[in-house]
Amino acid sequence: MEGNVEAMEFGPYLMLASLEGAVTAAVLALTAVGLSLVFGVMRVVNVAHGEFFMLGAVLAWAVASAVGGPPALGFLAALLVAPIAVGLIAAAADMTILKRVEYDPERTIVVTIGLLYIIQQATLMTYGPEARPVEPPFNARLALPWITWDGGPRLYWPWGLSTTTYKLAVIGAAVAVLLGVWLLMTRTKIGLIMRATQLDREMAQAFGIPVERIYALVFGLGAGLAALGAVLIVPIQQAHYLMGGDPLLLSFIVVIIGGLGSLPGTVVAAILIGMSDGIISVFFTPTLAKILATLLVALVLVFRPQGLFGARPA
Amino acid sequence: MSDAGKSLALHLGLLALLFALQFVLPAYHHGNLSRIMVLATYAIGYNLLFGYTGLLSLGHAMFFAAGMYGMGLTIRHLGLSPGPALLIGVLSGLALSAAVGALALRTAGVAFMIVTLMFAQAGYLIILYFGDWTRGDEGFVIQQAQRVLWGIDLSQPTARYFAAWTLFATCLILSLRLIRHPFGKTLIAIRENEDRARMLGYDTFRHKLGAVVLSGTISAAAGAAYGLLFGYAGASFATVQYSILPLLWVLLGGAGTLIGPFLGTLFTFYLIDIASGLTTAYMLVVGVVLVLITLFARQGIGGEIRARVWAWLP
Repeated sequence: MEGNVEAMEFGPYLMLASLEGAVTAAVLALTAVGLSLVFGVMRVVNVAHGEFFMLGAVLAWAVASAVGGPPALGFLAALLVAPIAVGLIAAAADMTILKRVEYDPERTIVVTIGLLYIIQQATLMTYGPEARPVEPPFNARLALPWITWDGGPRLYWPWGLSTTTYKLAVIGAAVAVLLGVWLLMTRTKIGLIMRATQLDREMAQAFGIPVERIYALVFGLGAGLAALGAVLIVPIQQAHYLMGGDPLLLSFIVVIIGGLGSLPGTVVAAILIGMSDGIISVFFTPTLAKILATLLVALVLVFRPQGLFGARPA
Repeated sequence: MSDAGKSLALHLGLLALLFALQFVLPAYHHGNLSRIMVLATYAIGYNLLFGYTGLLSLGHAMFFAAGMYGMGLTIRHLGLSPGPALLIGVLSGLALSAAVGALALRTAGVAFMIVTLMFAQAGYLIILYFGDWTRGDEGFVIQQAQRVLWGIDLSQPTARYFAAWTLFATCLILSLRLIRHPFGKTLIAIRENEDRARMLGYDTFRHKLGAVVLSGTISAAAGAAYGLLFGYAGASFATVQYSILPLLWVLLGGAGTLIGPFLGTLFTFYLIDIASGLTTAYMLVVGVVLVLITLFARQGIGGEIRARVWAWLP
């Protein structure tokens, strides 16, 4: 693949990078919306968020290999079981640990760092240090055309410019789930209750909203979204116990650029960062791109804490 | 005996004990204790900011690494002798902490934690990016011939122990003096109630910046000494893990106590040492201890001693 890229013209290459970027953006949007939801409603930063992502991928492998049969069956089972299982684990962690530190912002960061190591190292002890793949349910290659000028516009099929049906399905699934989250938050009673809790925790409590249960629900939902993103990506990348680091860092970047706690801002920033991750790597080495991104985030927090897209001060 | 006298006797007693131990300890623990004293110096630096000023940084590894690489790179590439190289390491930490502090202190609370985390991550990536000079993750060895300071071969166990003890003793006594000094007392006032300190006319920003610079410089001194005494500099010392460890040492030993950093480093070092003999997933210990302290012993060992036995413990 890399070899072909060298021979490819710039236009088709950019299109290929954008397609790969769109897959990254889709998964990143799911993961970051999970983090943003937790920050928005509960006002805490979950440093273990990347490990819930990793747990989703590892559980997807475990479920898919336990089910056996055709790849589609195992994958479907993983898609249902892994996010729910991760959500339940996160909700349990919320009720046993976060509740006891009373959601104090700084202490929550310290305990979720502890949780990060516990989940990561427990996975190393049980699942092991290997990277393991999950077979995609379908994976047909789609060649893509490019327009060239040859006396008049002419379509041709550059060698190497292609995507797979599975990658397109990942993008579609992410869009559907994000729409679902948006409907949940804006059109349902539970969404209304979550927004009420976000606006004023004490007032919500005074109106008889079971704030503690809402917190457990939100924390579980946030972790479940990360796990869902991981199940979708695991047929493309492999499941590994250290895979949580990059999603955590990127989600942080996205949530901060998008404006802390703002869901639409988070999605816009995820698309921006995810797409540019693919396109920037055309011009810069990945390490340099990461250096620039982390410095940008630090400076955004210093000089524009409401995020690049947030209007109101945080 | 007055409280100040008691605390002076306690800390001098600890230093005398550590000095005497080098004659009786078996080789293995002798080497360990040298490491622990250097790392405890790092923890002392961290504690000045976290324990005494109330600022939780998640990026101190960048200061530790600034010292280590400021020292190591000048020896490796400029052929400097250890004395000037150590000085350059310390000055690198001083300059970096002044720059980072000036930016990061525009934020507070959770944002301060994330900004320091992001700057440290950028620092780690920069070390990897300049892999031609730093040799990245692999790191580089500082040869025995390059580790002779004023005719003393620092690769020899006894000289190394004495050097580590000197560094630790200097920083311990320095911080004992500092918290008796008006500057240190102002830092404690800022930790307790920043608004009130500002209202009383103290320039809290300048005091906090002073605390970041002091803390960063001591951390850099520890980093430079660690590289020189143990003959190795590597990017792993700049990772997030090396920012989390001083937090753990200080939390476990007791934030805002002078003896806490040493106790916490000692405990954690042997805990990890024992755990790594049992499993490759020894960082699990770090996670479990972080969660347990945050839930059940917020004061750490030093804080418990102060609450139960010696109310005068500084």
